[in-house]
Amino acid sequence: MKNKDLIFEKSRPGKIGYSLPGLDVPSKNDILPEKVQRKNPAPLPEVAEGEVLRHYINLSQLNHSVDNGFYPLGSCTMKYNPKINEDVSRLPGLAGLHPYQSEEMTQGALKMMHDLEKYLCEIAGMDRLTLQPAAGAHGELTGLMLMRAYHRHRGQEQRKKIIIPDSGHGTNPASVTMVDYETVEIPSSETGCVDLEALKEVLDDQVAGLMITNPNTLGFYESNITEICRLVREAGGLLYYDGANANAIMGYSRPGDMGFDIIHYNLHKTFGTPHGGGGPGSGPVGVKDKLIPFLPCPLIEEEDGQYFFDYDRPQSIGRVRSFFGNFGVLIKAYTYIRMMGAQGLKQVSEDAVLNANYIMENLADTYYLKYHRNCMHEFVLSGKKQKDEHGVTTTDIVKNLLDHGIHPPTVYFPLIVEEAMMIEPTETESKETLDRFIEVMEEIAKMAEEDPEKLKGAPYTTPVRRLDEAGAARNPILKWEPEQ
Amino acid sequence: MNHQFLPNNEASRKEMLESIGLSSIEELFGCCIPEQVRFKGELDLPEPLSEMEARRLLTQIANVNRPASSMVSFLGGGVADHYIPAAIDHIVSRSEFYTAYTPYQAEVSQGTLQNIFEFQTLICMLTGMDVANASMYDGASALAEGVLMASATTRLDKIVISQTVNPQYRETVQTYAQATGLEVVEIPHKEGLTDVEAMGEEVDDQTAAIVFQNPNFFGQVEDPFPISELKEKGKKTLLISVVDPISLGVLVPPGDYDCDIALGEGQPLGNPVSFGGPHLGFFAATQKLVRKMPGRLIGQTKDVDGQRGFVMTLQTREQHIRRHRATSNICTNQALNALAAAAYLNLMGKEGLQEVAQHCLQKANYLKEKIAALPGYTVPFEGPSFKEFVVKANRPFTSIQEKMVDRGFLPGIHLQPYYEGMEDWFLVCVTESRTRDELDRFAAGLEGV
Ligand SMILES: Cc1ncc(COP(=O)(O)O)c(C=O)c1O
Repeated sequence: MKNKDLIFEKSRPGKIGYSLPGLDVPSKNDILPEKVQRKNPAPLPEVAEGEVLRHYINLSQLNHSVDNGFYPLGSCTMKYNPKINEDVSRLPGLAGLHPYQSEEMTQGALKMMHDLEKYLCEIAGMDRLTLQPAAGAHGELTGLMLMRAYHRHRGQEQRKKIIIPDSGHGTNPASVTMVDYETVEIPSSETGCVDLEALKEVLDDQVAGLMITNPNTLGFYESNITEICRLVREAGGLLYYDGANANAIMGYSRPGDMGFDIIHYNLHKTFGTPHGGGGPGSGPVGVKDKLIPFLPCPLIEEEDGQYFFDYDRPQSIGRVRSFFGNFGVLIKAYTYIRMMGAQGLKQVSEDAVLNANYIMENLADTYYLKYHRNCMHEFVLSGKKQKDEHGVTTTDIVKNLLDHGIHPPTVYFPLIVEEAMMIEPTETESKETLDRFIEVMEEIAKMAEEDPEKLKGAPYTTPVRRLDEAGAARNPILKWEPEQ
Repeated sequence: MNHQFLPNNEASRKEMLESIGLSSIEELFGCCIPEQVRFKGELDLPEPLSEMEARRLLTQIANVNRPASSMVSFLGGGVADHYIPAAIDHIVSRSEFYTAYTPYQAEVSQGTLQNIFEFQTLICMLTGMDVANASMYDGASALAEGVLMASATTRLDKIVISQTVNPQYRETVQTYAQATGLEVVEIPHKEGLTDVEAMGEEVDDQTAAIVFQNPNFFGQVEDPFPISELKEKGKKTLLISVVDPISLGVLVPPGDYDCDIALGEGQPLGNPVSFGGPHLGFFAATQKLVRKMPGRLIGQTKDVDGQRGFVMTLQTREQHIRRHRATSNICTNQALNALAAAAYLNLMGKEGLQEVAQHCLQKANYLKEKIAALPGYTVPFEGPSFKEFVVKANRPFTSIQEKMVDRGFLPGIHLQPYYEGMEDWFLVCVTESRTRDELDRFAAGLEGV
């Protein structure tokens, strides 16, 4: 049994976990006026170094992760994170760079970022790209700010509507609100794609643009993408491509060629950088020529083999954060692209798509599949059959996966599929792993038939069992407090 | 194609295709992607590298740079080379932490969840605030979100911000504000400090928030109390304070001066300078504002057996539930950097944080006095500094910089691009990592160049 005490509960007065050299300058106690001084020290824990280490190693062992098991969490692209990337991102010549150092001293870093921009533009068919955004949602926000700046520049400030299919990720409408735009949601058709009639109905001169994920969150490539683009363009709107699902299309299709004006990537999904337990990520935004003037400051330019930051960009929306982006993440994505090459990235998409289809076809009889046709890198299965026939929910089904050492799929999203389980195996899982997953999913379906009560009690073998989430929200305890 | 990151061989691929009734990959993509949007060429990317070649390439790139870590650096401006205890990299290198994602499945994410719960607690202890979230992208975007939150809470649109706040933070706030139509009023500094009187004249019943930074961008320690009192000039006005977490080892915490939102850059807590990212923003507020907060919050609860456990909570604030009505769009944050920050605070502990802060304070003020006494240099701002201070030179800074770099020193941040009339002024940052010998040699060097 692991000790799961909080670090605060392990604290004992007088213990320390650090050492510092003696203060080698004269100490003065009259530097700070009394009133700006802290009266009581922050009650931080007092623990020795070894205790801190053990605390975190024990904590780490309570986690499921890509490195210890299958993680088919749809829309998140939980692929293997190459170890070389971890090593190179820690090189002192990279991690030791201070962001206020001169361009002269950081030429290697600037060239790397400049090249990465070029590669990411090539993969998406865009003209320029900013590496500044820190995650996908930050990229969306940046992209929408670009749209706003574009329309304003053209005297079209009345354009405030952003059309989003109902299968869109929650960050899409949330980002729309942050630029004071309004979300217009359109329903999907029976095929799981954009309903062209529904789209036509909402198109008018108030439309700022369309935000769409392709392949969409059902895992389908939008079959009418050309027509969608044409309609929105004719109405004067811009086209935004949520590239969170780019893992499916590398070398096979490019948003820029389809007519998209703006795209964001999630480097932490498509380009092998680790998810970090919820970040850091990176959400670069690529654009077509007409939007370049509005890109955040600075951009990196090259002249005669010298790289520099260009801040002289009067139409820019400004900066969306400090400095240049999540540099450490950029190094990893750069290294990944260099190790894959064009053929490798294409193979990535092929294997990702094949793996998803393989699971889908093998589970199509066992579970309900609302849309049964070839998917791209992910698909959405449903627990509806088990619910209707045996009274067990998708939650019950996936909690059983935990007892088999498998991380559940994304559940109850997208909202348009009842009892949804969104499964994305990624290309870095072997057929053997997929076979095992299929077998376990079949076993669970059988258990739903034979012993639904047992199924509802899962998980049984995890560090904690099902947690009272409603209770947590009703009576929020958001920090540890010492007992009175 | 076989590749070290791709576990399926040709035989498996063939078997899988057959089992789903297809004869080729082309058939699969052919039926999914419409012909007219198929990319027919080959992506124009460099030839693939082996791991050995990739390591060599990245090492070459790194070697082209001359990193601050190989020099005696006085660069700060919100990002500083505080010593990072060895244990931290060993903790964040555990792949159970760094190859997991957002803890959607609490039963198998207790490591991540408990850590964030502890991080929230540590940030509250540090700032004296009631609640803290799981992290933001960085200090600048945390401030932008803080300003949006203040506006959403008060339903007012005017933000009054001191120009002593980090220029990059102000730029970020302007970017966000422009998109939402907020009015941002900047108050010029007075002798390197917030001009409280001028600020007071701008605060009115339309003011959503007053923003200041402590220590401010010039390293000057502000008196937060009169600034906080300006809230009374507004109706619902909130106080947002941007703080250096290390300084809270010696400086009065925001919770002691009626602050509503306290936030800042968490890099100084155990994260490498890394050319400006990835770092983390921390974000804390009063209990009253908890339901307006952006980002993830982790709460304590129990499992069916009565065991303590942790879950994501108050999720109805968040985009995946509330969609366009969410308090923010943030989803992925900076969890691994927050892990490093938490580990740092736990290792330093109650004593260590005070000691680090004392070292910064004493060493910075030692150097400040030394430089003030040098011919050709003045320290233009009066009043206490924490770990940074401004120097004014009587000759071009660019030439000072060039010569000091030749001697292995990074003398500081040139202020001219950020503040009018500060042509040869620069900002010097001194952390506990600097030795007296380095400070003495630096001062001697400045005198000689
Ligand atoms: C389709 C889609 N769009 C946007 C996002 C947001 O990305 P991030 O979490 O990096 O902000 C995600 C993932 O979370 C996603 O799956």
